Amino acid sequence: MADSHTASQYGLAHHFESMEQQREAGTLGMWAFLITEIMFFGGLFLAYLLYRSMYPNDFAAASSHLNWPLGFVNTIVLICSSLTMALAVYYSQIGKKRLLLLFLAITVLLGLTFLVIKAFEYYDKYTDHLIPGFLFDWEGPGNPQRVQMFYWIYFAMTGIHALHMIIGIGIMLVLIYMASRNRFTPEYHSPVEISGLYWHFVDIVWIFLFPLLYLIGAHEAH
Amino acid sequence: MSEHIVSRKIYFAIFGALMVLTLITVLVARVDLGVLNNIVALTIAVLKATLVVLYFMHVRYSSRLTWVFVIAGLFWLGILIALTLSDYLTRGGL
Repeated sequence: MADSHTASQYGLAHHFESMEQQREAGTLGMWAFLITEIMFFGGLFLAYLLYRSMYPNDFAAASSHLNWPLGFVNTIVLICSSLTMALAVYYSQIGKKRLLLLFLAITVLLGLTFLVIKAFEYYDKYTDHLIPGFLFDWEGPGNPQRVQMFYWIYFAMTGIHALHMIIGIGIMLVLIYMASRNRFTPEYHSPVEISGLYWHFVDIVWIFLFPLLYLIGAHEAH
Repeated sequence: MSEHIVSRKIYFAIFGALMVLTLITVLVARVDLGVLNNIVALTIAVLKATLVVLYFMHVRYSSRLTWVFVIAGLFWLGILIALTLSDYLTRGGL
């Protein structure tokens, strides 16, 4: 800590010139990570698009067996959690610790709500023998093998999305701990801002998953 | 030196727009429009994602370099999907 400017500025790492440069580097680093995430989920979306274009009717039949009202509620829950996350970032920017803690906590609760609803959905699929594998059993319209392909993609995509939610909730809990220890100031709150980027990204993945998985069969059956 | 602080009013407006778009996407999906169902669903999803990226993720107020990162990512995603589909969809007899 020989440099005078590092000693005087809380939260500024010694290899950065200024808080602004540090903030910019952090944001860019997070975006670089999110781009790898876009590529990762992009491959899964591509697999979905390919198989759906090959077997549109089987995919619609399979999709009509998903519980779209639950998917709809979960979409609302996630959008609400994105709002509370954005507000948490806002309160970290203006240095309101209690409101920052409150909105981080609400974000965690909404994330948990999403996971609980998802767990009920998974359980329904289990009792209906729709988990891909040798217990898979499809009596409805369409080719069972192709319907099973839909459910492979459904479980892979929603499962990896749920894993991202679990990691996100863990990050939120760390932020709550840090905030309660007065680690953030209006000048230094990059962890909140950057974790917010991650949370919103996970929300965006669901924004695409909901219509693509749940709604393609919504005007059929039922 | 200071970063741009997005006002709460904007956050609530974006939240409202996302809710309305979600409602529209569900209502439209209940009606059989043929191919149009897919187009409407994807258009609304892209619109919602754009609102989240620009406002909740602050990209609208971020540096040019952040824009370059985001657009480069989407461009590569476009290559992945467009080139693969241009192969599979033109093979015929799948």
